[in-house]
Amino acid sequence: MSTKKKTAWNAGLIAALLILLFLLEQVLPSSSMLFTVLKKGAIYALVAVSMNLLNGFTGLFSLGQAGFMLLGAYTYAIFTIPVESRNSVYQYFDGGIIQFTLPVPVALIAGGIVAAVFAYLIGLPVLRLKSDYLAIATLGFAEIIRAVFQWDKLGPITNGSNLLRNFPSFRSVIFPFVAAGICIALIVMLINSTYGRAFKAIRDDEIAAEAMGINLAHHKRLAFVISSFFAGISGGLLAMYQTTIQASMFKSAMTYEILLIVVIGGIGSVTGSCISSFLFIACSEWWLRFLDNENLYIGGFHVPLLRPGFRKVVFAVVIMAVVLFYRQGIMGTREFSVEGISNFFKKKLSGKKEKKGGSSRE
Amino acid sequence: MSKENVLKVENVTMQFGGVIAVDNMNLEVDKGEIVSLIGPNGAGKTTAFNVITGVYAPTNGAVYYKGNKIIQNYPQGKMKKLYRGENPMTYTGQHAIAPTPDKITRLGIARTFQNIRLFKSQTVFENILIAKHMLRTSNIFTATFKLNGKEEARMRRESEELLHLMELDDVRDEPATSLPYGKQRHLEIARALATKPELLLLDEPAAGMNPQETLELTRFIGRIRDDFGLTIFMIEHHMDLVMEISDRIYVLDFGKPIAEGTPEEVRNNPRVIEAYLGGAQDE
Ligand SMILES: Nc1ncnc2c1ncn2[C@@H]1O[C@H](COP(=O)(O)OP(=O)(O)OP(=O)(O)O)[C@@H](O)[C@H]1O
Ligand SMILES: [Mg+2]
Repeated sequence: MSTKKKTAWNAGLIAALLILLFLLEQVLPSSSMLFTVLKKGAIYALVAVSMNLLNGFTGLFSLGQAGFMLLGAYTYAIFTIPVESRNSVYQYFDGGIIQFTLPVPVALIAGGIVAAVFAYLIGLPVLRLKSDYLAIATLGFAEIIRAVFQWDKLGPITNGSNLLRNFPSFRSVIFPFVAAGICIALIVMLINSTYGRAFKAIRDDEIAAEAMGINLAHHKRLAFVISSFFAGISGGLLAMYQTTIQASMFKSAMTYEILLIVVIGGIGSVTGSCISSFLFIACSEWWLRFLDNENLYIGGFHVPLLRPGFRKVVFAVVIMAVVLFYRQGIMGTREFSVEGISNFFKKKLSGKKEKKGGSSRE
Repeated sequence: MSKENVLKVENVTMQFGGVIAVDNMNLEVDKGEIVSLIGPNGAGKTTAFNVITGVYAPTNGAVYYKGNKIIQNYPQGKMKKLYRGENPMTYTGQHAIAPTPDKITRLGIARTFQNIRLFKSQTVFENILIAKHMLRTSNIFTATFKLNGKEEARMRRESEELLHLMELDDVRDEPATSLPYGKQRHLEIARALATKPELLLLDEPAAGMNPQETLELTRFIGRIRDDFGLTIFMIEHHMDLVMEISDRIYVLDFGKPIAEGTPEEVRNNPRVIEAYLGGAQDE
């Protein structure tokens, strides 16, 4: 398939998706669970892809996602709370010290930049060491940053352990889709560039990559900083989605959720991360909700075991099963693409013709 | 041909803890030469390569590339007491030079690995293309936004040419590690050539090849030397290959060079026969 044709197909699909979302919003009530899943799913897809860039494509294991999201979320919130409501938000800190606002897109990008700067500083010492240290250092960083942001002394900026609120949020599901979509597209373009090839080379064999003239420290730092940048942006988006934020939200459990999404989707597959993000959010927020309903009757039969929290048990079992039986995740390292699908159908069609002749190789 | 020195190894000792793997090695390779390094298993040949390419900093000694000192070290820290090699005082007090392997490659020294190290999740073509990364002039923004179209096209064209040269066209899009052994070694050479080296280090390029393949490889190495204006320094066990294409041979035993000369001289050197050739014939 020619590049032009591919681009046309992709553009068409994106347009169709956006129109579909728009129509859904006209038809369904805005309280529908579907929108919750779509909004949160898009944001988690972005952070999962950013984690995959590092873990799946560069072979570096970082567990700092929640910390970088926190930085992005706080940066976004701090710079977008309207000046007139700062007195009520920062009520214990005399309205805080920041008395201006940035436009929403600028504040989102600023969140990414703050996260990237922290990643750069952490990376300086840690990325010279074996990759296991990165996991430990980033996990520690995420824990420390959460504590620091709740510290009263920083209250004039962070509002201490109190909520940040009143910052602009989004109502339409189109916004997170477009924002996350642009970011994911950028990551995909990076992966397909010569730098992406260098990242994959490092993942496959550090020694060989180095022998091919690839500066390991430089490229690892690039991947880490870029991954954290996009985690920061997704943190800003998450703040918009939640409408209020608090440092205590960004626990390491959040990082593990994202890691699970990456593993289930396939380490090294961008589309896998996206698909699994929506599935994961749908399962945890929506599809399994009925399991929490103690009084579920099918006909006259009172379904046993169900009680609040049972959903989480089932969810855990489902995830274990997926991880055990789908080692490679849903997608492995493959990607879902227009070309792939058209090839699939072409093969199916030609396969049918060949079937009569006997063996067809698949 | 006027002699122009490309590689010079000077008093290099590599000691791992108490084990001396390379013991006061001195050797020179001139422009356009094919020089072989031979010696029994465990003699320290690969270790010598690893020192030259920056994988290990030598315990003592220096390496020069085209007349410039690129590596230098002397026994420091714990090694001060442990060091059992020669010439410890020669470099003491001078600053240590320890470039990373990627820097060495960018200087123009490329290598292949004895235990093949291909990028396993990548296709044959991509393996070569990756090596073109170090010659980029684009930065991460121009590369991501595809503003480096010309350069990308050049990288791909040159990789295709190497693919063709190594007769790997027909397996272009196969996973690199699915190739038979001999082809994987070819791919490693193609990948090294993709960095446009002046000095090529080959670590047992014919290992695992049958006599027919070895013969073809022998001719091939001679050909790339001429076509690319290369200097080749190679470790090899196949004596037919070594004797046929080497201009000079260094023989290593227990980390120490025991002989040096043309294939004729080395073949008739009694120390070599005793230490190595005699043993090899028994194998
Ligand atoms: N990283 C290391 N740490 C400790 N000892 C090492 C290390 N690398 C090599 N050695 C030792 O150095 C000696 C020389 O090994 P080397 O691999 O250089 O031999 P070689 O001449 O390449 O042998 P072969 O023909 O089997 O490839 C061996 O005794 C080996 O155990
Ligand atoms: Mg060896």
